[in-house]
This record gives sequence, C-alpha cells and structure tokens, in this order.
Amino acid sequence: MHNLTLTQISQGLEAGDFTSVEITQHFLDRIAALDKNDGGINSFITVTADLALADAKAADERRASGNATKWTGVPFAHKDIFCTDGTLTTCGSKMLGNFVPPYDATVVDNFKKQGAVCLGKTNMDEFAMGSSNETSYFGGVKNPWDKDRIPGGSSGGSAAAVAARLVPAATATDTGGSIRQPAALCGLTGLKPTYGRCSRFGMIAFASSLDQAGPMTRTAEDAAMMLNVMSSFDEKDSTSIDQTVPDYTATLSDDIKGKVIGLPKEYFPENLDPEMAATVRAAISEFEKLGCTIKEVSLPNTHLSIPAYYVVAPAECSANLSRMDGVRFGHRCEDPKDLSDLYCRSRGEGFGEEVKRRVMIGTYALSTGFYDAYYVKAQKIRRLIKDDFMTAFEDVDFIMGPTSPTPAFKAGEKTDDPVAMYLEDAFTIATNLAGLPGMSIPAGKVNDLPVGLQIIGNYWSEAGMLNMAHQFQQATTHHQDCPQGIE
Amino acid sequence: MALDREDVKNIAQLARLELSDEDIGQYQTDLSNILELVEQMNAVNTDNVQPMAHPTDAVQRLRSDVVTETNQREKYMANAPAQENGLFLVPKVID
Repeated sequence: MHNLTLTQISQGLEAGDFTSVEITQHFLDRIAALDKNDGGINSFITVTADLALADAKAADERRASGNATKWTGVPFAHKDIFCTDGTLTTCGSKMLGNFVPPYDATVVDNFKKQGAVCLGKTNMDEFAMGSSNETSYFGGVKNPWDKDRIPGGSSGGSAAAVAARLVPAATATDTGGSIRQPAALCGLTGLKPTYGRCSRFGMIAFASSLDQAGPMTRTAEDAAMMLNVMSSFDEKDSTSIDQTVPDYTATLSDDIKGKVIGLPKEYFPENLDPEMAATVRAAISEFEKLGCTIKEVSLPNTHLSIPAYYVVAPAECSANLSRMDGVRFGHRCEDPKDLSDLYCRSRGEGFGEEVKRRVMIGTYALSTGFYDAYYVKAQKIRRLIKDDFMTAFEDVDFIMGPTSPTPAFKAGEKTDDPVAMYLEDAFTIATNLAGLPGMSIPAGKVNDLPVGLQIIGNYWSEAGMLNMAHQFQQATTHHQDCPQGIE
Repeated sequence: MALDREDVKNIAQLARLELSDEDIGQYQTDLSNILELVEQMNAVNTDNVQPMAHPTDAVQRLRSDVVTETNQREKYMANAPAQENGLFLVPKVID
C-alpha cells in the first residue's frame, strides 16, 4: 500500500479500494516502526496520529456523502515550518520547542479545505538554515538510501519521509535549495515554484524575499497534484501574486518535441565530479530522444550567487528572527535580571550555532555604515543574476544541470566548516535570488546514491516544467527506484 | 574582512545574543570566513545596476483600513512564557 503514489492513492480512494482510515493507519504504523523507533529515520518531529485518524474518518464520511475532491482522505505531511492551529510547530528549533500556533498557514488551510489528512510535522534544519538537516534541535535525519548519510536540507525530514514511504508526499520550503537539494539526495521529485506562487502566510519566515513553499513527492504527476493545492493568491501575504492557478495535472501529457534545453557551462564546472556530470548528461540526452534540442548557454554571474545569498539571507533572517525575544512566545531563560538579560539569554539559549552565525552576519551587514556595501550590493548582484537568466531564456525554454555538486555526504562530514556546507547549494541558489521556479528529478545514481537533475524554467512556467519532468519519467524508471529495506 | 574578538562581542550585543567567552573565538573564525566569501561580490562593478527588491518588480498592495480579525486575546496569549491579567510579563524596566 505504501508503494502507491499520491495519484494512485487518490484514485484508490475514489474507486473504493481502501478507506482513508485504512491507508492512514497503514502509514502511521510505518512511521511508528521505521521512524520513531531506536535508530529510526527521525524524519518526523511530531506525529499527529489521533488527529489524522479523526480527519480520515471525517474524510470517509465526506466521500460517502458525495462531496469528495481528489485530495479527500489522502495522507501527507507538513514540514514543521508551517503553522498548524493547535499542533506544535517548532521550525526545528529549541526556541519554538513549545510553540503551539493559534492559526493555520494558508498552505495548511488549503489542504484542510480539500479534506486531506496530515499525519504530522517533518524534521528540518533549524529555521530552515542548513543543507544537511544536522542543525535541527530535534536531531539529524537519516537518508533512507544510506543511514550513515544526510538526507540534505533544510527539508530533509520531508524528503526522508517520502523516500522511506512513510508518507506519499510532503510540503517543503526552499530559500536556497531546501526543496531541490534534499529531493536530489533522496531520489525524489521536488519543485520550488516562482516567488509569489504559494502563500508565505504562516510559513515561519527565514529570508522573506527568497522563501517559497513547494512539493516533495516521488513523481512529477504527484508534484502537480500537490502544487494544485499549495498554490493560491493570498491577501494575507503581501508578496503573493494574483496569477491564475492552472490545473498542473492537465498538461502533463503534452508533447515536448521541439523544446529547447539550455545547458549553462557554469553548471558543469571543471571540478564537478566526472561521474556526477556523466549521470546528469545521460539524463539530459533522454530529453533529446524525446525530441528536445540542446543548446549551450552561459550564466556568467553564477559564481556571485553564493556570496550575494550569504548577505541577503542572513540580513533578512536577522530581522525576521528578532521576533523571538522570549516575551510573547517561545523559549524564555530562567530568572532574567533585566530586560536585556531576558533577550540575550533567551536568544542565546534558544538558537543553535548556525542560526546565531547567520543572525550575526545579517546584523553586521545591516549595521550603520555597512548597509550599502553589503545589502545594496547584493541586491544589485541579484539583478545581474536575473538578467543572465532572462538573456538565456530568449534562446531556450528550460535550463538544466545538476541539482547539487555531490550525492548525499556522510553525517558530520561538513558540520565543522560552514563555508563548505554553503557550497552545497552552488547550483540552486541563483534561482531563489532571481525568484525563478526550479525543480529536481531523479537522474540516476553515483555509487548507489541518487543524483538529481535540475530543471529551471522562466517565471510561471511550472506547468511546462512538470510536463517535461513527467515525460522524462514516462520514458525512464529512476523515479521508481526504492531504497533497500524500504520495499 | 577579519573580525576581532571585540567586533564579535559588539555584533552579538547588537543581535541580543549571549555568547559564552569560550565560543567567541570560533564565531570570530566562522564569521570572518563567511565575510571573506561574501566579499567576492566586490570583484564586479555594479555602479549602474538597479538593486532588485522583488523578482517580478511587484509593488506593495494596499487594502482598506477595516477590521478583519476578531479578538482572540486568550488564544493568542496562550504561548506567553509569563503573563498576568492578559498582559505579557517582563522584568521591571523603569524604577
């Protein structure tokens, strides 16, 4: 039952092959056996079993009354960055270790309206800052493909849970690669939409001009089904864009013959592992067999994306995280001697090291006398990076390359060197800076570990990207590969 | 740019973060390395480039100034670490 895709589960419920209560219980049993046990994957921070079963029962009743949608009774999970009314929402931090939101994020609300069944909240890097899920206060997450390795981050819990067939799909968020890199490292399909596509309301803010929600699934078809629900215009998010949401499942089977794919030479640098490059190129050649043409393009400012990102993201996070002050919610230190002591110790105790590093970098970059040299300079570089993409999209429909420079690395391998960890996102960050949609699909393996193919599209081209990915998955089987011991 | 210990203490104070004395050295190294990475931006001339505030140049939407939320004070305050009579409690600020 757990090997069914999201789409197949939706169809199975519709056909009456099983009830929502049955399939919900099946996944809850798997989570109990594989995730929460000693040495388990640890992909969930909170499992909401009672709530899920009650929702499943309600969904079965809704179906019996003839009001079911494609999503009614379908189980899934939320990344623990989305506020859920009445359910603990930690964002992977000790700071929010006791935070029970009094409201739902818009994305959460969208799923509830459809009668979908949320099984719990998935693990993540603290405040989404990390590329390995090792900064979570609630412990690292194991990659189901090799439990000594990391699942990627920051949506590592969502990726590991879907790869281990603990849920058929999960929500995720991407500020610099946090959907695409874990999707790549866990052999999944992950999509970061255009900035403004999914509401950020109730999605705990990291870097507001970069954050976007998106789906983590096994197939492009499932990603389309997720994106249909996740996308919406929202008055409550001032950067939400009022753009019609198409039915992303409707165009999956369109012919992709004649599409032009651009390969940026900067995404295949000389120091890229030859096996990684060969695997990605082999996947791209499948598109040629499907009638696409390949063209070399250049994104000459790619090398500036990490430097610019490590100004913009820390600057915005230092402002966003100032709300965690130990006064209204979250962790408060014992016996503060005055207000300053309350702030400094609550924050010093509540935040982990990576969060403190980024808050300090951001505070420094925004401080008097440095603003122009850092933040304004970085915003100018964003413009150059966007212009690179716009020039490339004059000649090509999509851009492709590797999602990450390496497959999953070993836990602990990069934790002592923040800058080495940052380079993990070398190919994903530019799309966040430009606000463009990007996705990762399984491309094959290197040393038995999954490798991701990244597809970048122009603004609002998610339907086209999903169409490309779906056609690739109709012609190949990489997305069907399953980690050992998970079957 | 290499930061010294005093710089790190000053930034931590601005950010309202208490750091232990033994951790300051590590932050000094890490933050200096990150700033060195960031300063690669200086290699490119951006004199005539407009800073990009929004990817699709969207502007701030306005809404009518009307009440949209109902008062749920008790629910909203349930997360407060310390409260009394519907007010957040903090250490004494003014003598």
